[in-house]
Amino acid sequence: MPAMPGKTLYDKIWDAHLVAQDPNGESILYIDLHLIHEVTTPQAFSGLRTNHRPVRRPDLTLAVADHNIPTEGQAKGVDAVEDAEARLQLQTLGRNVKDFGIEFFPMGDIRNGIVHVVGPEQGRTQPGMTIVCGDSHTSTHGAFGALAHGIGTSEVEHVLATQTLRQRKARNMRVTFVGEPVPGVGAKDYALALIGEIGTGGGTGCVIEYAGPAIEALSVEGRMTLCNLSIEGGAKAGLVAPDEKTFAYLMGKPAAPKGAAWDLALTYWKRFSSDPDAVFDRELTIDVSKIAPTVTWGTSPEDVVAIDGLVPDPESFASEDKQAGARRALDYMGLQPGQKITDAAVQRVFIGSCTNSRIEDLRQAALIAQKALDMGLKVAPGVRAMVVPGSGLVREEAEAEGLDQVFLAAGFEWREPGCSMCLGMNPDRLDPQERCASTSNRNFEGRQGRGGRTHLMSPAMAAAAAIRGHIADVREFL
Amino acid sequence: MRKFDHLQGVAAPLPAANIDTDQIIPKQFLKTVEREGLGKGLFYDFRFDLEGHEKPDFVLNQPAYKGARILIAGDNFGCGSSREHAPWALDDFGLRCVVSTSFADIFYNNCFQNGLLPAIVSSEDLHALMGEAKGGNHVFAVDLDAQTISAPSGKTVRFAIDAGRKEKLLKGLDAIGETLEHAPEIDRFEQKRRQTQPWAAA
Repeated sequence: MPAMPGKTLYDKIWDAHLVAQDPNGESILYIDLHLIHEVTTPQAFSGLRTNHRPVRRPDLTLAVADHNIPTEGQAKGVDAVEDAEARLQLQTLGRNVKDFGIEFFPMGDIRNGIVHVVGPEQGRTQPGMTIVCGDSHTSTHGAFGALAHGIGTSEVEHVLATQTLRQRKARNMRVTFVGEPVPGVGAKDYALALIGEIGTGGGTGCVIEYAGPAIEALSVEGRMTLCNLSIEGGAKAGLVAPDEKTFAYLMGKPAAPKGAAWDLALTYWKRFSSDPDAVFDRELTIDVSKIAPTVTWGTSPEDVVAIDGLVPDPESFASEDKQAGARRALDYMGLQPGQKITDAAVQRVFIGSCTNSRIEDLRQAALIAQKALDMGLKVAPGVRAMVVPGSGLVREEAEAEGLDQVFLAAGFEWREPGCSMCLGMNPDRLDPQERCASTSNRNFEGRQGRGGRTHLMSPAMAAAAAIRGHIADVREFL
Repeated sequence: MRKFDHLQGVAAPLPAANIDTDQIIPKQFLKTVEREGLGKGLFYDFRFDLEGHEKPDFVLNQPAYKGARILIAGDNFGCGSSREHAPWALDDFGLRCVVSTSFADIFYNNCFQNGLLPAIVSSEDLHALMGEAKGGNHVFAVDLDAQTISAPSGKTVRFAIDAGRKEKLLKGLDAIGETLEHAPEIDRFEQKRRQTQPWAAA
């Protein structure tokens, strides 16, 4: 009789959280950590109230305020938020967490920040966990070997009420990254290159495990950037098996286990990796040595081009639908087929978001800002460049390292933490036809402000664009 | 949850692929604390120009497609953000069924939570239905039990849906109520969890 094939990392996390199976094909999975924020929860709490249901595990729930908050003047408090609708939503969250006994880092608290920065930073995100949040970029937490994904508001209510989620199992996909990157290329470029290859629907129905020597070589923060963008490839979630880097990152974090509990946890966490004989439904290998610094040219994260490349000609696309899509994207973006992508002048630069606002991201951008200063350069005239740290603690750490002073000296704005211009739900947004070099995750039409034109790229590339005043090759500064 | 069994209504074609949830309901409409009233923001940037005037070219603004109940859309509909405001907005606008070759996972799931039917058809059938919908005022019939969509010409296509999801949609079951019937199993799971992962109990 043939032996049972090995299990994938995803299989193992799934099996470890299976509470029950319904005959209709749904499984009930236990949820270890539920992160919540102001935008996707008000209707869920209303639902609980209507049905007189309590929150089952407030202790496994953590709330932050991130999407709506302004990135200046946070010390004045929520009641001073100018936008009346945003203010009401923030106040509603404050009332809900109080009524239901949920831990909350409100705006202005140094621990507050973007939900996907806060979870790992607090040590709440741990290997082998199931983590959900009403936000698609919850995939970020997969960097720790946790099964983490976004859910809708009805499911937020379901998790609040039951601490479980009804799920159907996704397929297993593995992307193996091999080779060594050239200087100036990192996790953001890996992710954009992958999405360019598989498309925004390429991972639909799959959990992607990122593996291989180039992933092992990535820092935990780089892995978070890569896992964060899994959803832009359509995947349910992204995963990286935990290793010594993961454990070192977690050690000493506020919510990480301590003492004897740490040793116990470590033994438990180490079981979460794919067996050598595990079978994946789909496999792909990417050689990172062939990836150049990468940016997007269009209005979908799959519209990628190497920094030394040209804006594509819509006629070069295979199907009529794709050609029409590319024409529409170029029209929206104000670009010509065949022009050098580095000829696109930018008016705005945004360094931040759950994709790229952690300390390493800021260090990489500050390094370019410092090189520019050394060359006698600053942010180009007519460019407004914002640096928005992912949390109050990231901001504090950056300031302790003097990064804020480098940014300010080079002409960047140094802001308070939040989602900021990633999604334009707060005062930070683009005006129509403004072009932005952005470290965020979506270049959709109108995402950063109606009519705004977003080019996705790494923090170092965004800093280089700020200095040059157009999309630029970071390698000129290395 | 509201049940869905049959639907009759005008079908509107929206052939673009990768329509993301930012297009379905832009960010400025997400600041509400209610579920209702989001129809006004549906496809806002498609429907209105920068001055807030209706764009006459957009399909849902054309008189022949007013009151549409079925949307026939390009591949990978609903990609991007997890916002459940997307199905809420479709529903509030009167659209109860979206037909496409594929849907992004979170959007797909969110539809079922709200009694909306995301119907998956082949690429060939999608093009055929787009053609059938052209011109407007064409009343289609959707039958969930039979898994069919019929155009007034008599052209009928079958759509895919897994049996479990179909049953729930037909019955309009409350997911939370159902799960709470498993409370003893959740209790047992938590008991075991406390023993094997004592550090994980916050």
